[in-house]
Amino acid sequence: MFTAPEISYAAFAPTIIVLLAGAVGILLEAIIRTHTTRRHVQLGLALGAMVAAAGTAIVQWATYDAAGVVAQAGMFVMDRQALAWHVMLLVFGILGVLLFAARTRAGEEAFTPLGSTAPGSEDEAEARRRGFELTEVFPLALFAVGGMMLFAATVDFLALFVALEVFSLPLYIMVALARRKRLLSHEGALKYFLLGAFSSAIYLFGVALLYGATGSLSYADVAAAIIALPDMSPLFVIGAVMVLVGLLFKLGAVPFHTWSPDAYQGAPTPVTAFMAAATKAAAAAALLRVVFTALFPLEWELNWLIWTVAILSMVVGTVLALVQTDLKRMLAYSSVAHAGFILVAFAGFSPQALSAVPFYLLTYGLATIGAFAVLTQVREKAVDGTVGAEATRLGQWAGLGKREPLLAASMGLFLLSFAGIPLTAGFIGKFQAFAAAIDGGAWPLVFVAVLCSAAAAFFYVRLIVLMFFTDVPEDQEESIEVDYHPYARVVVWITAAAVILLGILPGGVLTLFEDAATLLTGL
Amino acid sequence: MLDLTWLLIAVPLASSFALLLAGKRADAWGHWLGVAASATTFVVGFGAFLQLLGLDAESREHAVHLFTWISGSELQLDAGLLVDPLSVTFVLLVSFVGTLIHLYSVAYMEHDPRRRVFFAYLNLFVAAMLLLVLADSYLLLFVGWEGVGLASYLLIGFWNHKPEYATAANKAFVVNRVGDVGLIVAMGLMFATFGSLGFEEVFAQVGEASTATLTAIGLTLLVAATGKSAQFPLQSWLGDAMAGPTPVSALIHAATMVTAGVYLIVRSSAIFDLTETARLVVAAVGALTLLLGAIIGMAKDDIKKALAASTMSQIGYMMLAAGLGPVGYAFAIFHLVTHGFFKAGMFLGAGSVMHGMKDQVDMRRFGALRTAMVVTWVTFGLGWLAILGVPPFAGFWSKDKIIESAFVGEGWQPWVFGLAALIGAGLTAFYMSRLFFMTFHGKARWTDDQHPHESPWLMTVPMILLAVGSAGLGWFLAAGDRFSTWLEPVTGHVEHHEPVLSVPVIMTLTLTLVAVGVVVAWLKYGRADVPTEAPAPSLATLTARNDFFQDSVNRAVFERPGTHLTRTLVYADAAVVDGAVNGTATGVSKLGESLRRFQSGQVRSYAALILIGLAGLVAFVVLGVL
Repeated sequence: MFTAPEISYAAFAPTIIVLLAGAVGILLEAIIRTHTTRRHVQLGLALGAMVAAAGTAIVQWATYDAAGVVAQAGMFVMDRQALAWHVMLLVFGILGVLLFAARTRAGEEAFTPLGSTAPGSEDEAEARRRGFELTEVFPLALFAVGGMMLFAATVDFLALFVALEVFSLPLYIMVALARRKRLLSHEGALKYFLLGAFSSAIYLFGVALLYGATGSLSYADVAAAIIALPDMSPLFVIGAVMVLVGLLFKLGAVPFHTWSPDAYQGAPTPVTAFMAAATKAAAAAALLRVVFTALFPLEWELNWLIWTVAILSMVVGTVLALVQTDLKRMLAYSSVAHAGFILVAFAGFSPQALSAVPFYLLTYGLATIGAFAVLTQVREKAVDGTVGAEATRLGQWAGLGKREPLLAASMGLFLLSFAGIPLTAGFIGKFQAFAAAIDGGAWPLVFVAVLCSAAAAFFYVRLIVLMFFTDVPEDQEESIEVDYHPYARVVVWITAAAVILLGILPGGVLTLFEDAATLLTGL
Repeated sequence: MLDLTWLLIAVPLASSFALLLAGKRADAWGHWLGVAASATTFVVGFGAFLQLLGLDAESREHAVHLFTWISGSELQLDAGLLVDPLSVTFVLLVSFVGTLIHLYSVAYMEHDPRRRVFFAYLNLFVAAMLLLVLADSYLLLFVGWEGVGLASYLLIGFWNHKPEYATAANKAFVVNRVGDVGLIVAMGLMFATFGSLGFEEVFAQVGEASTATLTAIGLTLLVAATGKSAQFPLQSWLGDAMAGPTPVSALIHAATMVTAGVYLIVRSSAIFDLTETARLVVAAVGALTLLLGAIIGMAKDDIKKALAASTMSQIGYMMLAAGLGPVGYAFAIFHLVTHGFFKAGMFLGAGSVMHGMKDQVDMRRFGALRTAMVVTWVTFGLGWLAILGVPPFAGFWSKDKIIESAFVGEGWQPWVFGLAALIGAGLTAFYMSRLFFMTFHGKARWTDDQHPHESPWLMTVPMILLAVGSAGLGWFLAAGDRFSTWLEPVTGHVEHHEPVLSVPVIMTLTLTLVAVGVVVAWLKYGRADVPTEAPAPSLATLTARNDFFQDSVNRAVFERPGTHLTRTLVYADAAVVDGAVNGTATGVSKLGESLRRFQSGQVRSYAALILIGLAGLVAFVVLGVL
């Protein structure tokens, strides 16, 4: 007989606020006809919902005792780790949504007027002529954020899958919404969707194997069953590997990274910013919980998997980033390398990873959103003076430092943070991650990681040299225009300030993450 | 008053900042603010002196706690001032001579558009110098040490629109850095050995350290002292430092800052008392420099450079005395004080001559100035008699004591040091008389448009006051061993030692040599005609005129090898380091190009890659398990 589960709605309040606002946003899309009003209402709704959710999560942090509460037995927990991820994801969401709302001076959005039309079709031309501007990207972002928040808070393999699909499906659509280079955008989205579905299948297969081997779907029961089993069965080892592969796909680790360059490049840049920061954070959050509460009895076996994937990610990501000429693709491969650095913190299963990983993701996410926010502002200019698509070829950025010193300096700051140069947030993040690995005894891995960091510094610094120390070719002087919207500027300033602040005075935030370094099993 | 000694530093510092920040609106009255700030330090210093004098000899030590400076680490340090006979002596010297020179500068710099800035720098110097002598720890002393270095640099290059003056400032700064490194290393050694940098803590523990450590500390302190006090081998900057306005040369490069090295050695007497080796090196450096400076002084035609060489030589005497240990400390400081008066007085006299002679500094173009500038002639003459050591003028009382002490001891040392000091006295008599006669006596050798005149009263009054000191201070302080007794709490009580020659013999020898020096100088530069062009020099003269080719030696020994080393390193960097890096980079790029093929853009190959990756990992882990 079916009994309705007990659900603690108060504990779910932040997620409910965000998902509800997403549902309301879809309705508003249909109700409000004038698009200027609709844009303002959608932006206000999305920002309001996420700020309210973040506020609620902070209140929960303050009111719950140190351990947190079980929101639904065996399914979802609201411990401090989950709340920390919630706030972080909401911050990324707020910054991302601000970028969504930014337009060029001529009023051009980053998104296609009508997402459902085929590129180059009559319908598309018609939609453009009529000045359509759909704003469904705002509720889609809310759904994605809501799904990610669940993703970080679940302690059940099946609930994890549901959350995964809740945040993935909106992302597939968002990637396809680019206004310019529509074909590239569609191609990226389709690849992302197909490979995402493929990896979801692998994940589900793994969950089925685990269920077959242990008879349970909740993390704690799986862990208990593995410990209780007399000897190692290939069944749950293979199941565990397949589950991890599903999560590593979302994290963008090699060899499951292939979607990311195409999706990063094809997606509208504000979506790339949001996706790069938030998806990686959500994936790391889930991976952390799965590894530390469900699969830790397989520590010895899985350690090798983590080492292999971490080294592959760092090396391949760095090496391929070196040879890129497109800025978005370069940042995509850099994110692959960063997936490797994140995995370094997991090696050795040190408890320090529980605070190091969230801190790393925070520093990485802020710098990523900042870098892509700068990217949205540097645009090609046609001979007749109209401002066109974003200038993503590396060469086009030559001499930007002389024309826009502040903007170029913030870009330089984000790049230095990626490279992990001291006095930026990235340095503290890397330091924490590597310290966790050392604590776990994985110093050879840290050695490789440091070498990769050094090699990676090359392509970050190359762009800085290009911006500040290279003379502009004569014919290029006129072909680049910095076209910005106040929202994009605000995002750049906020992230730049945060990167500096976390680099110089990380103490307060580090302490918060240390407080968050406990996981509830949810039973 | 003792607790108000922080005003000694705060008042001139505040005045300095006020003058710099006020800008042009303070041009009309800024110099008087500077004078007032300096005068205040003298009043406060004198009050502290009187109060200290009222105490018993044993309790004449007052610590002023300012604030907790460094805490929470292994190094715990409070910033505080130490008011004792030694520091008060310096405070009185610096503030008194400093105030007179401030006054003098009001007239001397009257036509300079940046007079206000000049006074700001002078005030900065006074503040830093007083901090240096009042600090109760080596670290705080170092702050003052760097502060006077900064002020010295700013003032030497005050007329930096002339490139050679700016170069001179840079040279002084760079050479002083070498010395500063010595002080830093000394502090490092002290912190490693004693765990502290405060005078009290360090001196209380010196007995526990090994002699080798103490010698190392002593020698590094000596390096610091040679830099600041222009002693061999770091003396080369002082002559060029004469590029600064003459009051600066008088205050900083004669009376006060350059004596900081002597202060440092005497302040660290607790360390030097226990290491004979370091003391011996100090004495040797002093003896060498006193002869070197005297010989250089004999060949210089530039009046300021001759005086600078003389300063170097006189500080050599002080170093020698300080290196003799407890017998010499008090005499080192004694000579430092009297020297501060007569040398500052002579520099001001030189400034007065330059003032009346349109900034002419070539002594071959002077002569017969005694009638044109009577006050300058008389005051300079008193300073001249004082530095010669003619009784009863100031130098006699202080320098003779040093010569006597140099003859104290056993073995070869008293003979070497004593004879050096003795010969130095004769040389001093010669070159100072040469300077005096060439400037004030003989025939006028002025260029055509010169109309020398006496300086205004603002300049002559300080000269007169300093001349009074040159004449009477030695006798006043030496009477009944007043000065040695006053310093006893710091330098320690010393039993009287007999020199290897008896005192009357030494005194007779000294005075004879001095007389010979004066007579020779008179015959050659007073009675005979002095050619306006320097005659073709002998090798010895050439050597002395070029400061013993110190600059060339420095260039050959340090600069050239340094340049070559740098070039080699740059080449190695380009060929080896960059080569390796670039080689790696090329390899990595090639790897990247080949890896790129996997990113074919076809979703089926991406999926295949994921599948292969999964299979590989499963195989890896499962094989690992089984």
